Amino acid sequence: MNVIINGERRAVEPRTTVADVVRSLTQDSGGVAVALNDEVVPKAGWAVTEVGDSDRVDVLTAVQGG
Amino acid sequence: MPHTHTTAGAEPADAPSGAPQGAAQRPGAHADEDPLVIAGRPFASRLITGTGGAPSLRVLEDALTASGTELTTVALRRVSPDAEGSVWDVLHRNGIRPLPNTAGCFTAGDALRTARLAREALETDWIKLEVVADERTLLPDPVELLDAAERLVDDGFTVLPYTNDDPVLARRLEQVGCTAVMPLGAPIGSGLGIRNPHNIELIVEQAGVPVVVDAGIGTASEAALAMELGCDAVMLATAVTRARDPVLMAGAMRDAVHAGRAAYRAGRVPVRRYARASSPAVD
Repeated sequence: MNVIINGERRAVEPRTTVADVVRSLTQDSGGVAVALNDEVVPKAGWAVTEVGDSDRVDVLTAVQGG
Repeated sequence: MPHTHTTAGAEPADAPSGAPQGAAQRPGAHADEDPLVIAGRPFASRLITGTGGAPSLRVLEDALTASGTELTTVALRRVSPDAEGSVWDVLHRNGIRPLPNTAGCFTAGDALRTARLAREALETDWIKLEVVADERTLLPDPVELLDAAERLVDDGFTVLPYTNDDPVLARRLEQVGCTAVMPLGAPIGSGLGIRNPHNIELIVEQAGVPVVVDAGIGTASEAALAMELGCDAVMLATAVTRARDPVLMAGAMRDAVHAGRAAYRAGRVPVRRYARASSPAVD
């Protein structure tokens, strides 16, 4: 199964959750937000939200700016 | 928070102009008696800083500390596995409230999506709203900005919009429920100072919410001028982060904002065309 994580196509196991995707990118869940196909996934839903084939997952964090 | 700014024309000829009513009854009032209040939250510092452009997180941290700021903007971007350190940690350990922005958004829809992600990431419903028209000028797009502001207010956000120095647009932003208005002094990162002090004064005169000059400040005297015009706060980033010595400039900005506010509250003397002796005349 392929998903697009932060703009890059990656193969993931079936039943991969949003929480799994976050953990693959950063150890730090503070200051992080996730959009699944442009919709915000609240933190409380990360562990129970599975990603589907061809989904787009964006994992965002606070950076220097403004 | 109503402004009490008065115009020179409304004052007797020799009265100080530009001073808030009541300031004269409180000579020597201390800074902590004069907090900046945004959405009911008081801040002792009237300097809002940005984090963009700093040469390192270490320099940024030292500059933020030197500036005395209590509110600082951050942007939201995709997580990079290579990132070392986190601006979120810097703000957190220094007790500085993060103000996420929607930098990089060109439409109301983009801004709304970014704001919702920022709210989730940073656990705040405060948002510095930026909706710009193009990369070259980074000037606010007034149509998209007003649309975004209205939608964000409806969505429960506390909205602080970066806006043109247009008194009419500032009024419209306040009318749709923005918590503050943040008119530019000059384009972002330009260091051109306050190009239209008259418009800033008009915005201050009519505003019922805090007015924050945001963008264009290049050096300390320009931050002081913003405060002397009656603004409630100054927001700046580049002037500090890209200064030759960011920490030294951060301290200068802290002092300038403080001095400018004190001068505004004290009330400047009227400008005169000819001399007026300050010593008694000889008998």
